[in-house]
Amino acid sequence: MNAIAQPTRQLVRMRGRSYVAFVFAPVVPIVGWLEEIDATLARSPGFFAGKPVVLDLSEAAIMHLVASLEQRNVRVLGIEGVDPVRLTASMPPLLTGGRSCVLMQNELKKPETKPKPTSLLLENPVRSGQSIVFTEGDVTVLGSVGSGAEIVAGGSIHIYGTLRGRAMAGVNGNSAARIYCQKIEAELLAIDGYYQTAEEIDVALRNRPAQAWLEGDVMRIAPLS
Amino acid sequence: MAKVLVVTSGKGGVGKTTSTAALGAALAQRGEKVVVVDFDVGLRNLDLILGAERRVVFDLINVVQGVAKLSQALIRDKRLENLWLLPASQTRDKDALTDEGVRSIIADLRTKFDWILCDSPAGIERGATLAMRYADEAVIVTNPEVSSVRDSDRIIGMLDSKTVKAESGERVEKHVLITRYDSGRAARGEMLSIEDILEILATPLLGIIPESQDVLRASNVGSPVTLNNAASAPARAYIDAARRLMGETVEMMVPTERKGLMDRLLGRRAA
Repeated sequence: MNAIAQPTRQLVRMRGRSYVAFVFAPVVPIVGWLEEIDATLARSPGFFAGKPVVLDLSEAAIMHLVASLEQRNVRVLGIEGVDPVRLTASMPPLLTGGRSCVLMQNELKKPETKPKPTSLLLENPVRSGQSIVFTEGDVTVLGSVGSGAEIVAGGSIHIYGTLRGRAMAGVNGNSAARIYCQKIEAELLAIDGYYQTAEEIDVALRNRPAQAWLEGDVMRIAPLS
Repeated sequence: MAKVLVVTSGKGGVGKTTSTAALGAALAQRGEKVVVVDFDVGLRNLDLILGAERRVVFDLINVVQGVAKLSQALIRDKRLENLWLLPASQTRDKDALTDEGVRSIIADLRTKFDWILCDSPAGIERGATLAMRYADEAVIVTNPEVSSVRDSDRIIGMLDSKTVKAESGERVEKHVLITRYDSGRAARGEMLSIEDILEILATPLLGIIPESQDVLRASNVGSPVTLNNAASAPARAYIDAARRLMGETVEMMVPTERKGLMDRLLGRRAA
């Protein structure tokens, strides 16, 4: 049978026809009654197959359903689709005109697990007074780092200009972090808490490409060749 | 379209006010309608450099607070009809400036002038940040010595972050103006060289103003150096800088003093 009603305007012949139908009148307790049906189905699974079934909800059955739902902490706001004459004053009121709507399942959206960036790229020079703090990883500066500016990185620091300010690498206890710069005129270099000030940095290294790393608890600075 | 240009430096005494007056006068001499605004509330100087100190009635703070109208506070220069001054208040301090007040004054000035030159106070506090707040362009005045250069670097960082243009993702066009430059001392290594300064600041050069007695002489008589003695070395340098601001291409050179014979014999040097 085609379930979709076609909007055709043909003459329709009406014929009366009667069918034999089962009438289900749930009895209390409903749970027991459903168990009976289950048992019937277990004995002969095809018993209701293709057969019309009418559900007869007597006043007692409705009362019982509402009561047993309330026992389960389900409060019934209203009853729908029942002849109003069948509802008594103690029952929830009849509701009509309800429209179906889709209930959105409010699943907790898993935040898209974008991997956190592990490096920071700065394309402009870092000016005096600016402080760049990036504890998640490496910092790369394409310009220079001015005197009085500072870079604080969880990982290594790479400076393609002149380092005139302070560079602090491996601040989270990463002793493998290093500092690289194209020209070293740093005020202070620090790796994992070990530091050297400008005064301690060998004058011979000045104005040359250099790198700094930790060897045990001694900071080494060497020219990059 | 009107351009708001802040003259700033961070450090004091490098020549911000002198440069504001000189550039303002040079632009006005070239036919531009110019207003110079003194933001140094409490320590105003621009009125003296322009020789307008005896004509100040109302000031910037009066206008900010609605006591006076902008037209009442503007002072027209006696020598250049295109040059106007909006003086600062000497009796108040920088806290009297409000962001909203400055915004509305600048917006008002934009409708009346081609150039609005804001003379910033020294420092990085309220007065300086409000002077640069609405700028389209900035002239960073720098002396050839390390402390001035480092302060300028700091100011450039602020121009890139604290201005309305920077906050809306645009850029304030920045120019470095090197003042009090002595080529002899730079050659002897007693001063930072131009190359060093530009390398540190990574900002284009607007001009090099030589150290000169003419600057002091001009400010003592209350006249911008470009007006007082237009043929002098600093005046020529400022005029070149003003032409560059207007978009002209002018060859960069350090104008030198035309020393007289007596000066040479006595080895007299501008100090």
